[in-house]
Amino acid sequence: MTDAVLPAIADAPPVAAPTTSLTAKTRRRQALAYLQAAPMALVFLVFFVVPLGLTLIVSFWEYNEYEIIPSFTVQNYIDVFEGCLNTADACTTVRTYLSTLKFCALTWAFTLVIGFTVAYFVAFHVRSRTMQMALFLVCTIPFWTSNVIRMISWIPLLGRNGLVNDTLMGMGLIKSPIEGLLYSDFSVVLAFVHLNTVFMIVPIFNSMARIDRALIEAAYDSGATGWQTLWNVVVPLAKPGIAIGSIFVITLVMGDFVTVGVMGGQQIASVGKVIQVQMSALQLPAAAANAVVLLGAVMLMIVAMTRLIDLRKEL
Amino acid sequence: MTTPIKLSRRTLLQGAGATGLALGAGPITGFPNVIAAEPVTLRYLGTAVNQSGDIARKVKEDLGITIEYIPVVTDEVTKRVVTQPNSFDLLDTEFFSLKKLIPSGNIQGMDARRIKQADNITPVFTKGEVAGKKIGDQGTAPKKVFYLEGQNSKNFAGSATEWITLIPTTYNADTLGIRPDLIKRPITSWKELLNPEFKGKASILNIPSIGIMDAAMVIEATGDYTYPDKGNMTKAEIDRTIKLLIEAKRAGQFRAFWQDFNESVNLMASGETVIQSMWSPAVTKVRSQGVACTYQPLKEGYRAWATGFGLPKTLTGRKLDAAYDFINWFLSGWAGAYLNRQGYYSAVLETAKSHMEPYEWAYWMEGKPAEKDIKGPDGSVLEKAGATRDGGSFETRMGSVACWNAVMDENTYMVRKWNEFIAA
Repeated sequence: MTDAVLPAIADAPPVAAPTTSLTAKTRRRQALAYLQAAPMALVFLVFFVVPLGLTLIVSFWEYNEYEIIPSFTVQNYIDVFEGCLNTADACTTVRTYLSTLKFCALTWAFTLVIGFTVAYFVAFHVRSRTMQMALFLVCTIPFWTSNVIRMISWIPLLGRNGLVNDTLMGMGLIKSPIEGLLYSDFSVVLAFVHLNTVFMIVPIFNSMARIDRALIEAAYDSGATGWQTLWNVVVPLAKPGIAIGSIFVITLVMGDFVTVGVMGGQQIASVGKVIQVQMSALQLPAAAANAVVLLGAVMLMIVAMTRLIDLRKEL
Repeated sequence: MTTPIKLSRRTLLQGAGATGLALGAGPITGFPNVIAAEPVTLRYLGTAVNQSGDIARKVKEDLGITIEYIPVVTDEVTKRVVTQPNSFDLLDTEFFSLKKLIPSGNIQGMDARRIKQADNITPVFTKGEVAGKKIGDQGTAPKKVFYLEGQNSKNFAGSATEWITLIPTTYNADTLGIRPDLIKRPITSWKELLNPEFKGKASILNIPSIGIMDAAMVIEATGDYTYPDKGNMTKAEIDRTIKLLIEAKRAGQFRAFWQDFNESVNLMASGETVIQSMWSPAVTKVRSQGVACTYQPLKEGYRAWATGFGLPKTLTGRKLDAAYDFINWFLSGWAGAYLNRQGYYSAVLETAKSHMEPYEWAYWMEGKPAEKDIKGPDGSVLEKAGATRDGGSFETRMGSVACWNAVMDENTYMVRKWNEFIAA
């Protein structure tokens, strides 16, 4: 079961020739391990660590309309938090983050419930392994089109003269179209859930598939009800999957500006949008400062989540 | 995005074969240097608006120059010029970007003596006049940034010099688009954009530098405040403008904001909005879907924009010659007529006129009712016989310009306040 879902854990490194001594063998194994990790480390270094370092450096630079000037100033950060000491009216940054956090929480809650249910169904209620794989693949079908298209296809459905409003009015349930279906918090959350649920399903299904069926039987034999089994056996064992899925969903929603832009009619702020507007106005250091603040916020959330679950131990 | 040029093998062969003949062919004469040598390719950086496969094909036929389009959005053009000045040979961008581009030192002044039609470029650019009458010059009016003090100068010249920053390609006057079938009453003023009557059915564009000017037009129309220069506000004026926008937003005035051409078309065509800031070809597109849409002239005037060709400083030798040849070709009429037929205006009107049918000229430029069906460059019917163009003739439209797209001195502050507006 496990093998079918997880990429097989790398086979043991090739065994050294039997003639070499034991210490040499371990040393060689260690060297080999580093060598095996090297390509990934190199990719990380070039495409992750270096750009991140540059972003951090640039966030302290000065800028004008057409150039960025190497120097050290915290003005960009002061600008990010401009007006935030005023408690009467929340500043732009606080407002933006609150709005983004709200979407995070809502999307997370919905994707978790839907993702968990779907994964549970596929993992425990579908008996045949072929059927399981088939249903699992069905979940990924929406990914065959780009996420922009999946998002935009909601618009004709939800619009003022869209399918939903037309149908409801045709049935006589409402007199005037519901405006809040499109370009509202509702449509943003709807699109987020639609786009991101799969990121919950996959890791949770993966965790569930690795649960030993004997445990469930044991719980059942000991007289646990269905809910008790679910809550005390399945959920704790599916925790790593839940945690990984949550990290996916939360980081995706935190950094998103396209979905919020399209589904919110560009009227709803998101941190990503702020950064994008500044980038297109060539205010790169200001955008970098915002990016660093965003990175900090996301990291805090992930640290908080890993506090709840020790991922490495669970895996 | 991919470039829209489609060169078939046939056109390529024609182009190659035509290199020798092109000298005598058609109205294009006297471009000697480039043609003799092997074909030149020019990498043309600009927005997709002016980048047409037809133009590339025609210039290949006439001059043997291959145009390789790099289509990006306006902000991206600016970014490229500032950060990657060697990634293109020819630049097509908006005049207001010059306030960022020229100080970067990556653009060279164009030698007016090498531009054959330099003296015939419409006075909209050179003097800020239409038919002898001064037009609005608030914002980055082209006449303020048209000339440089020297070829490599970073200062704009106050009067005519021989160094031109950008040779105009297209320009137009923007106003509000409306759905007359849903509004059912005449709209005559910018202030209608924030009229509570259209609550939840209005939109403006989410491009800070342009959106804030549309808002300023509204504020002036209500008589609330008159800006000394809408295109260059003080911090206090920015605060005032954004405050009004925030109030309108919180009251639910806007259905959505739009960012690109297609979004504006969809909002209008689907009836999500009935009044919004819009671009002329977007109105045409809504109409071509069979939906009534008017590009409504308003009594306070238009917000105008203009784009033009510039040369990167690093361009030399044959490529530089080819660029000048291309620009001269562009001003010689065929391209001008092509753009005029899409509702834009071209830089040298006389040459464009000679490439248009009299009835076309009368419809597009003189504001007269169409004698015959008006066709677009691709042959599709845009307007039936008898229709007149919104806003009337060239002189009426361009003569009513109130301000120009601009980059403000307080741009950084403005962008920050705009983000506040979006977050409100």
